[in-house]
Amino acid sequence: MAILSKEEAKKILEKVVGFSKADGIEANLNGNDGGNIRYARNSVSTSGEDSNVNLTVQSYVGKKVGSASINEFDDASLEKVVRRAEELSRLAPENPEFMEPLPQQTYGAEAKTFIESTAKITPEYRAQAAADSIIPASKKEITAAGFLEDGRGFSSLMNSKGAFAYNKSTGVDFTVTMRSNDGTGSGWVARNFNDVNKLNTAEASAIAMEKALRSRDAKAIEPGKYTVILEPNAAADLLGLMLFSMNARQADEGRSFLSKKGGGTKLGEKIVDERVNIYTDPWNEEVPTGNWAGNGLPRKKMDLIKNGTVANMIYDRYWASQKNTEATPFPGNRIMDGGNASIEDMIKDTKKGVLVTRFWYIRAVDPQTLLYTGLTRDGTFYIENGKIKHPIKNFRFNESPVIMLNNLETLGKQMRVASGGGPGGGGSSLIPAMKIRDFTFSSLSDAV
Amino acid sequence: MKRRDFIQLAGLSAGAMALPFSGFAQEVDIAHMLTPLLDTAQKKQLADVALNTAKGLGASYTDVRIGRYLNQFVTTREKKVQGVTNTESFGVGIRVIANGTWGFAASNNVTPDGIKKTTERAVAIAKANSKFQKEPVKLAATPSYGEVNWKTPIVKNGFEVPVKDKVDLLLAANAKALEKGASFVNSIMFLVNEQKYFASSEGSYIDQDVHRTWPNFQVSMVDRQSGQFKTRAAFSAPVGMGYEYLDGKAEDKIQGPGGIILYNKSYDMIEDATMAAEQAKQMIEAKSVEPGKYDLMLEPSHLWLTIHESVGHPTELDRVLGYEANFAGTSFLTLDKWQSKKFKFGSDIVNIMADKTQIGSLGNVGYDDEGVKCKSWELIKDGVLVNYQAIRDQVNIIGQKESHGCCYSQSWSDVQFQRMANVSLQPGKQSLTPDQMVAGIEKGIYIVKDGSFSIDQQRYNFQFGGVLFFEIKNGKIEGMLKDVAYQANTNEFWNSCTQICDERDYRLNGAFNDGKGQPSQSNAVSHGSATARFNGVNVINTGRTI
Repeated sequence: MAILSKEEAKKILEKVVGFSKADGIEANLNGNDGGNIRYARNSVSTSGEDSNVNLTVQSYVGKKVGSASINEFDDASLEKVVRRAEELSRLAPENPEFMEPLPQQTYGAEAKTFIESTAKITPEYRAQAAADSIIPASKKEITAAGFLEDGRGFSSLMNSKGAFAYNKSTGVDFTVTMRSNDGTGSGWVARNFNDVNKLNTAEASAIAMEKALRSRDAKAIEPGKYTVILEPNAAADLLGLMLFSMNARQADEGRSFLSKKGGGTKLGEKIVDERVNIYTDPWNEEVPTGNWAGNGLPRKKMDLIKNGTVANMIYDRYWASQKNTEATPFPGNRIMDGGNASIEDMIKDTKKGVLVTRFWYIRAVDPQTLLYTGLTRDGTFYIENGKIKHPIKNFRFNESPVIMLNNLETLGKQMRVASGGGPGGGGSSLIPAMKIRDFTFSSLSDAV
Repeated sequence: MKRRDFIQLAGLSAGAMALPFSGFAQEVDIAHMLTPLLDTAQKKQLADVALNTAKGLGASYTDVRIGRYLNQFVTTREKKVQGVTNTESFGVGIRVIANGTWGFAASNNVTPDGIKKTTERAVAIAKANSKFQKEPVKLAATPSYGEVNWKTPIVKNGFEVPVKDKVDLLLAANAKALEKGASFVNSIMFLVNEQKYFASSEGSYIDQDVHRTWPNFQVSMVDRQSGQFKTRAAFSAPVGMGYEYLDGKAEDKIQGPGGIILYNKSYDMIEDATMAAEQAKQMIEAKSVEPGKYDLMLEPSHLWLTIHESVGHPTELDRVLGYEANFAGTSFLTLDKWQSKKFKFGSDIVNIMADKTQIGSLGNVGYDDEGVKCKSWELIKDGVLVNYQAIRDQVNIIGQKESHGCCYSQSWSDVQFQRMANVSLQPGKQSLTPDQMVAGIEKGIYIVKDGSFSIDQQRYNFQFGGVLFFEIKNGKIEGMLKDVAYQANTNEFWNSCTQICDERDYRLNGAFNDGKGQPSQSNAVSHGSATARFNGVNVINTGRTI
């Protein structure tokens, strides 16, 4: 039941819309099947599967909105959920920011988000994928802890104004932390794909094991400002926080890093190095995503940062109507242009610096400057005269992605990374490795 | 795709607050929420289907959780109601041990047939995984309790309070803040009711009704001229109480140093919103801190988070053993430190208890999610590490025979595992008030309410911000500071604890949505303390220009 075809979803939604007696109705029908396996101490710890389909109905009378949901789909249940939403709408307080549903929309081609092989993952596949990671670790005095999560799902929307949208997708997320048995070394790797055939847990695990062994017996170096080479996962974490803060309303209200002293916003202004180009594109082959956003707006290719300049902010439909501008579909992926340099090339080109595998526990310190703090983790190395000299103890940083992107030295090759929230949950990003000067490390951590 | 842990009801606005929200939840009306779905006898009958099915398939242990999880959120901003959402998530989670390995499956089909199929899936998963199992599961014995029940001792069920009353309260609080010059206000009322039925193959049938309440707001002040903005969060605490928490009784108000009003067992939201607007203005005008070493005086609405991150998490045995190595991390409190019986975690006055029984706390239940009766126990005694937090399949590893009773799952659809109990710093034994503490500090900062927080994966190095920062000079509060964060090593920090106010100042605060595990699950946990002093802590200045 969990994965309905476009036609099956449409049939149910047409019935739902047909039952409406309110001023209008919008219905979302979504479903997913998921599975996961978790291991630690070189042994499987937990695993499970789940499945769910859910219909949420939003009815409105004037600016009063009621919503109700159900997971049964016979005609009587469908009518019941519509009546319940209508009843709730009459009782609801008026929402002055309510926007009527969108009229019929034209969506671009469906991106290749659903891959049959991923949809067919079995518990046996998951157990084998874990074994391919655990067995090599246990042969090398290393302890593996990892997590594999896969899912297939669909989402669909129909409203009384004539809009209908449907998308289905699959995803698989894999992360593993390899720790040397003496507790002095740790390595990590992450993989995120729509197509499980691209995932090789043995290959990924080998990289994490290599990092665990190479990071043993790290030396302490003084905190301060360093040139850093950020692997794509590290760069993406900080970058993502900036991209999720590009809300237009916040900027207009004066409570965003995009708000300007004295009033107004930084839209159209250069805020970072001119080599920085960040955009969203649902049809990118590496990070395909749905061709419509949750509110039914068609997604398209759209610049966020163009040549270092703020090209677009994110307007919800209400705020766009207040500002006489177009609403922005929430991006389903984020892509930053990279360069040709490999990590090795960047290391060769560095006199003194720090190679960062990943960051951890990043939290906002000041939303006004986008200052964040967090730590390096699972493989941090000192670079001297073009070579990795030795592993170093982890650092705490206090840095803003805006300052970081102003201190850009070199852009490296892109890699697909998960944006968080499980397979497909937060969308995926295509982010390059990058070399940054004067990155602020403020203290040392003894953590391995 | 599998499940969303959080939904941001307020979109991406500055005041957006992340809320735990099961992906399986249905939106329902309040009348439905107040109507019981199944009685205890029906739940027992259904649970027995799983227990018998699993036994027939060769499982050596089974537990069943039939759960109904109700949430209500009322959200507003300024003069507008943004949303009233009622959700229900109802289903069954079945956990088995087969071939010495755990298997888990869940379904929202709570019928004998649905339960039978779900049990079969759980056993099949256990068997598939047992192929690579290295350590067979060993469960500590727990008594069979028969048919028992437990209920949060609430006075007023928040779900029975009309939505209009909640909307009126939130809008009245917003109005007060706006009247005092606030630029923006977001406010929320968040109610949780977990109706959970647990049954195990060992003969326990436990029916529990758990309530939690959290009123909250964020008052923002924007100064367009200087381009600055500051946000003052509510001084409320999420609590394991009913709607009586909103009574704002006079005896629960505390006059703190610096002219602030703090709250104990009930909360006055309107009064707090009024103060928030005034303080947000002062936060903008405050002096930027001079970095350096300060004696920190940490108020319970702030200190709870430092306790949570630097004591609560590193004393979780699953982290110590490596079960969380790939996500939350491990712990610096390794077994050898505990075995030595003399590892000085903190100074002699530091006594820290884990607890699931404190009334009004978020962690308070009668039995945990694997049927173990809850209790309290010592973690740090006179500064020394004496125990961890552990559940049935872990305690054998530390040579103990009894689970600590801190197993929890956020929903029927997620597998239960070790979660943090309430972890609280015990009040000082000497008579001491916060005002007396201020009088003894030459160069210090008094920090109120939790702010920014970050700690490494073994819980050594941390950095915390706050909301209000008052400079203390020669025994007196001088004025407000801004751009303050402190960094320390957990072990050095707790050994620098020189004073703790007495029990008159002891209060609870806590986290409504502490995340852990893969897939991530949310846990609600309280932390109590009295105001405490830490000498010579490193303070940094977080001001920047972009």
